[in-house]
Amino acid sequence: MKELLTGNEAIARGAYESGVTVAAAYPGTPSTEILENLVRYPGVYAQWSPNEKVALEVGAGAAIGGARTLVTMKHVGVNVAADPLFTLAYTGINGGFVLVSADDPGMHSSQNEQDNRAYAKFAKVPVLEPSSSQECKDMVGLALEISEQFDTPVMLRTTTRIAHSQGFVELGERTGEHTKAYVKNAQKYVMIPAHARGRHVVVEERRKKLQAYVETCPVNRVEWGDRGIGVITSGVVYDYVKEVAPGVSILKLGITFPLPEQLIREFAAEVKELYVIEELEPFMEEQIRVMGLEPVGKKIFPRIGEVSQKMIAEKLLSVTQFKDLIDKSVLVPGVEAEKDVQIPVRPPVMCPGCPHRGLFYILNQLKMTVMGDIGCYTLGSLPPLEAMDTCICMGASIGSALGMEKAHPEMHGRVVSVIGDSTFLHSGITGLLDIAYNKGATTTIILDNSTTAMTGHQDHPATGRTLSKEPTGKVDLAALVRALGIKRVAAADPFDLDQLKKIVEEEAAANEPSVIIVKRPCALLIKQANLPYTIEPETCINCKKCMKLGCPALSAGADSVAVNSALCTGCALCAQLCPSGALKKEGEVIG
Amino acid sequence: MASSGVTNILIVGVGGQGTILASRILSSLAQQEGHDVKVSEIHGMAQRGGSVVTQVRMGKKVFSPLIAEGQADIILSFERLEALRWMQYLKNGGTMIINDQAIEPVPVLLGLQEYPGNIIDRIRSRIPDTIAIDALALARKCGNDKASNVVLMGVLARKMGFAKEKCIRSLEEKVPVKFLELNKQAFEEGWNAEI
Repeated sequence: MKELLTGNEAIARGAYESGVTVAAAYPGTPSTEILENLVRYPGVYAQWSPNEKVALEVGAGAAIGGARTLVTMKHVGVNVAADPLFTLAYTGINGGFVLVSADDPGMHSSQNEQDNRAYAKFAKVPVLEPSSSQECKDMVGLALEISEQFDTPVMLRTTTRIAHSQGFVELGERTGEHTKAYVKNAQKYVMIPAHARGRHVVVEERRKKLQAYVETCPVNRVEWGDRGIGVITSGVVYDYVKEVAPGVSILKLGITFPLPEQLIREFAAEVKELYVIEELEPFMEEQIRVMGLEPVGKKIFPRIGEVSQKMIAEKLLSVTQFKDLIDKSVLVPGVEAEKDVQIPVRPPVMCPGCPHRGLFYILNQLKMTVMGDIGCYTLGSLPPLEAMDTCICMGASIGSALGMEKAHPEMHGRVVSVIGDSTFLHSGITGLLDIAYNKGATTTIILDNSTTAMTGHQDHPATGRTLSKEPTGKVDLAALVRALGIKRVAAADPFDLDQLKKIVEEEAAANEPSVIIVKRPCALLIKQANLPYTIEPETCINCKKCMKLGCPALSAGADSVAVNSALCTGCALCAQLCPSGALKKEGEVIG
Repeated sequence: MASSGVTNILIVGVGGQGTILASRILSSLAQQEGHDVKVSEIHGMAQRGGSVVTQVRMGKKVFSPLIAEGQADIILSFERLEALRWMQYLKNGGTMIINDQAIEPVPVLLGLQEYPGNIIDRIRSRIPDTIAIDALALARKCGNDKASNVVLMGVLARKMGFAKEKCIRSLEEKVPVKFLELNKQAFEEGWNAEI
């Protein structure tokens, strides 16, 4: 049976069919849906971990124990998980271990566009790159087999266009569910230097064996066409090449580390012009250049952003002697773009009723230096709130607030950090511990909306539910921060602006570290909204104070502000700012 | 159909308007016709009220999930400004279907930028085959604003020449039972709309 699946759905299906029994992840676009789908299959234990490092460690334990294991994360998650990954590459596994790294060229939903294939080479583990949903499913199975055959973790690297594109997938039955016996083997799994020295030798031997394997493995294949142009490619770029240059010869690499040197040399010898087309880093190109070959790659293709069909056609036409092999229809211009009017941008915004809005309004009013973090609240950096100074990575807000304070003691009382509940549990705890330990005095504001909102509302250790929606223990954030050594712990309601402002001022001014837990559930989780607000246009003095909230339910007019009652959730922030009392809850007497 | 035998449909709108359900219904229809299908969506940050785009490609064999600029056969826009924003993705001679609804982006709400006027006329002057429809009003008639997406699917399915019974089958497959009757009604409104 064939089904239309996204790459992520297909990876989950592949893990199920290939007998994976343990899976762990931290949510992150574009990887999140893999575990959300996998948890629905019978016979698979899947969980959200507090962060990617723990997820990978859970996976390491399961795989050493003999289970087939899947661990998934977005590209930057691998930075967090890199420590166990690099040494798991030494110990090897027992049951198959696959790490899915979902990269985001073009940064659709990320803070950088690092190319994680580099990690595979660095950690000396093989990396597979699927080009379609069908390959996503098939390559999970293949990766598990390679993992077990060569006793190594294996990376399966997708990109946004693979993870979030749908294509047909042939479904199969579940096979291979056979958790192996665990046998204690300290020399293999206890990486003290004496053992690790021996394991590094094994890693190098394994690399050579893998080098031989990739020469003949089925996912590295030549599709012969005209021998004027030969293209070496992988992942979604293969699909683009098939569209714009269907007649050329293609060496499609399903495994991009290690590379099949012999196969590449044979291919290169047969074609007149050799190209390597890949997104982001010249990962394959550099390895091929080391072989002494001279393909055309990053000389004409950018290292930044995504590759497109049009770009491939244009770039190849700019250099090739075989222009007939390029389908120029992709270059036929379409409808002319509108140039006479300015098209306003439509950036993402905090939702109406978002509990983050009130805090950023206050931080803006107080002109605080705000060390920010990763989540929906990063939107607080955009106009009109503009109350964020930095956003680097998960958890960075807290440590960087301490650093800013140490660099500028005179800024005491003006530096705060903001971090979501899920992000705090991911990697904010150690930052706060550092503040307590090193006598910082900055204020940490935890925006507790009781979910991982940005990635689509996943549970975490403070929601009281697991990935499979079972009830579980719930960490008490206030008790946790007290245990870290923070004595000043305040709670605040983000819908009460006066109280919130007072608390932020007080805590920031204190001569010791403090935490404010600003708590309200994500607006999208509230099924029954409050009554919306309406505006009495005659009473509105059009001062536009409410417009500083950046609420999509409010719009500026020539004579008065208007409220879109279909969007308004009745959070009442605007009414609190209105000096003329023009904003009233629907149904209340106006006047 | 493009020369490659692949039909390209770009669905654009504002995060939260239900473009993803529309693309799922469309791809199910293509599947019923025995086509190969690729669909590309964007999740995450962009969903928070930002400009969103879903791409559906169908034909004998489809490799790329993405439509190149200037290669779309049809653009289905859930909002006026988004139609203007994505217009250049349509090939010359293509069809533009626009939901005649304005959702003001934040710079406009703040009074910093203007929402362009006469969008439909501007588009029609470039694209003769432009269909504008008030899907929101038709959805309201069915009792739920959120069904605008399925009203628009009714317009698109008829324009593309799909058989109605197949459309109903796709709705049954993709829409939760609770909302099925509402959505069938919404689909009819779109299918029967005078365009």
